[in-house]
Amino acid sequence: MMRSILLDNTVRCVIVAFMALACIGLVLPNWILNNTMFGLARGLAVLGLLLLWRTGLISLGHSLYFGLGAYAVALLEKHTGSTDIILRLVIALTVAGVIGFFLGFVLRHYRGIFFAMLSLAFSMVLYGVLVKTEALGSTDGFSVSQTTFLGWQPASKYPLFLSIIAICIVAIIGVQFYLRSAIGYLTTSVRDNEIRVEYLGYSVARAVHIKYIISAALAGVSGALIAMSLGQVDPDSMVNWTVSGELVFITIMSGPGSVVAPFIGSITFEFLRTFAFEWAPHAWQLIVGGTLLGIIFALPEGLWSLIQRLWTKKGKVL
Amino acid sequence: MNNDLILRVRDLHKSFAGIIAANNINLDVANGEIIGIIGANGAGKTVFVNMVTGYLKPTSGLIEFDGDEITGINPRDITRTGACRSFQISQVFMTMTVLENLLVAVSLARQDLKSLLKPLYSDERINECEQIMRRYNLTEHRDKITNTLSQGVRKLLDIAMAVVSKPKLLLLDEPTSGVSSEEKFDLMDLVVNALKEQGTTVLFVEHDMEVVRRYVDRILAFYQGEIICDAPPDVALNDSKVIEYVLGESRKSTYENEQTVRAGYA
Ligand SMILES: Nc1ncnc2c1ncn2[C@@H]1O[C@H](COP(=O)(O)OP(=O)(O)OP(=O)(O)O)[C@@H](O)[C@H]1O
Ligand SMILES: [Mg+2]
Repeated sequence: MMRSILLDNTVRCVIVAFMALACIGLVLPNWILNNTMFGLARGLAVLGLLLLWRTGLISLGHSLYFGLGAYAVALLEKHTGSTDIILRLVIALTVAGVIGFFLGFVLRHYRGIFFAMLSLAFSMVLYGVLVKTEALGSTDGFSVSQTTFLGWQPASKYPLFLSIIAICIVAIIGVQFYLRSAIGYLTTSVRDNEIRVEYLGYSVARAVHIKYIISAALAGVSGALIAMSLGQVDPDSMVNWTVSGELVFITIMSGPGSVVAPFIGSITFEFLRTFAFEWAPHAWQLIVGGTLLGIIFALPEGLWSLIQRLWTKKGKVL
Repeated sequence: MNNDLILRVRDLHKSFAGIIAANNINLDVANGEIIGIIGANGAGKTVFVNMVTGYLKPTSGLIEFDGDEITGINPRDITRTGACRSFQISQVFMTMTVLENLLVAVSLARQDLKSLLKPLYSDERINECEQIMRRYNLTEHRDKITNTLSQGVRKLLDIAMAVVSKPKLLLLDEPTSGVSSEEKFDLMDLVVNALKEQGTTVLFVEHDMEVVRRYVDRILAFYQGEIICDAPPDVALNDSKVIEYVLGESRKSTYENEQTVRAGYA
């Protein structure tokens, strides 16, 4: 089983590319390193949305899990003082996964716009609670101290960068493995024909539920890593519906073609936003929105299809 | 109770907001029988199939399968107990290849987690699917995406997917609708022979009386939600009520039915 995974082309390329990125990271200017970190971390949440999208579902409320992950990190520090990376990740993953498990019982019965809006509603509830509750930081949120690694507090962000890379590799391999498995193929099956899945003796609701939990957990880890990279959590940049919108935006921009696409899309988005903000501080949304439109029209299958095209061309020449 | 009885239906009734779609249906089916269900459009054939396979819950009545009551149970649990079905309009995974469709069917047929977690393309599963494809003449379509295939091939795939779990009872809703008349007998020969080999009991809905006559041991004729005749073919097809309420309209309805199916896929 493990051998077949390591023989997988995507996985091999990912490992090589990420190792190269880890090396380059040593010499990258700080702002590029930061953007790459944000991009990779956010890519995890996008990867979760990709799983749902392949099932034919779009969640407009994934900031719920993103925010839960981020706030789990902040509240862990506030109440126990712990800033350890393992603890932070475990608690973010657990909180997001458990809430996803429970809400999944409701959401697994909905499709299309109802699924999207119901997800949005759940995330708005969390937003409302956070904004109104002083103990949860209200509108200001919390600051998050630098991450420690088993007691060691590094002077630079590089160790965190490396950890994010490692987590992304694990997530990509995991999701790839999942999508290649029989139960993973049920993503497409459920999107294509729910009746047939039921008449093959498998519960469509359960298939959707499993994907929902995985995607919630990924978003939780994503939020936690963003909180650690940013050093701060607040409702508007972590839980507001615009955060969910951004994630969907990146998902569509990336395209559903590959488990690597979310990371490429997400890093692209991060740089795009930085440049747009620099050029037009008051109209950056216009530039970002325009670019998305361009990508949708020129590349209906997302950025990934561009890479795929270049790749096959190169393959033919070589 | 008779051990050879695979399906027992008692006083089945179904109404939709005033329309009675099934009424007073009583039926015993023995193991291994091949039964044809006939009736004009709207006679309640599909509703009957849907109730037995859990897609619709009967308003009242009792359905027993292999000794256990299955009335009102959901489709997947009925499938797991060994009663499977195909559909009037084939229900397959349209963006997947024929092989992938079968691979998914085969992996779901074994209800254990280990099989589900294995890569879909495992050698053992592929072998199994290749055997099925050979038996159902699907080999040449192995790697084609299903939505590029003809209605007839899709029907075959639909049936093949329903039988991979080796069901004890199979209900086929118009297996030959939308299939050209030249292909009908080939398709039914394939299917019926394969199922007889497996010892599967079959109920199939069919508008073409030539097809019915050739394969079935027994006919159930439906009219306005009721079974008006339950007899061997030579008796049933000469029954005066059947001639009046079913055969009189069947020429027309066969044609109309194919038109509807085609229109749905145009
Ligand atoms: N979901 C439903 N809601 C309301 N009425 C229904 C429903 N399903 C079936 N009916 C009605 O029940 C009656 C029987 O329909 P059914 O589909 O069983 O006919 P059929 O014998 O399969 O006909 P055909 O040969 O056209 O497939 C029809 O009058 C139909 O309109
Ligand atoms: Mg019908």
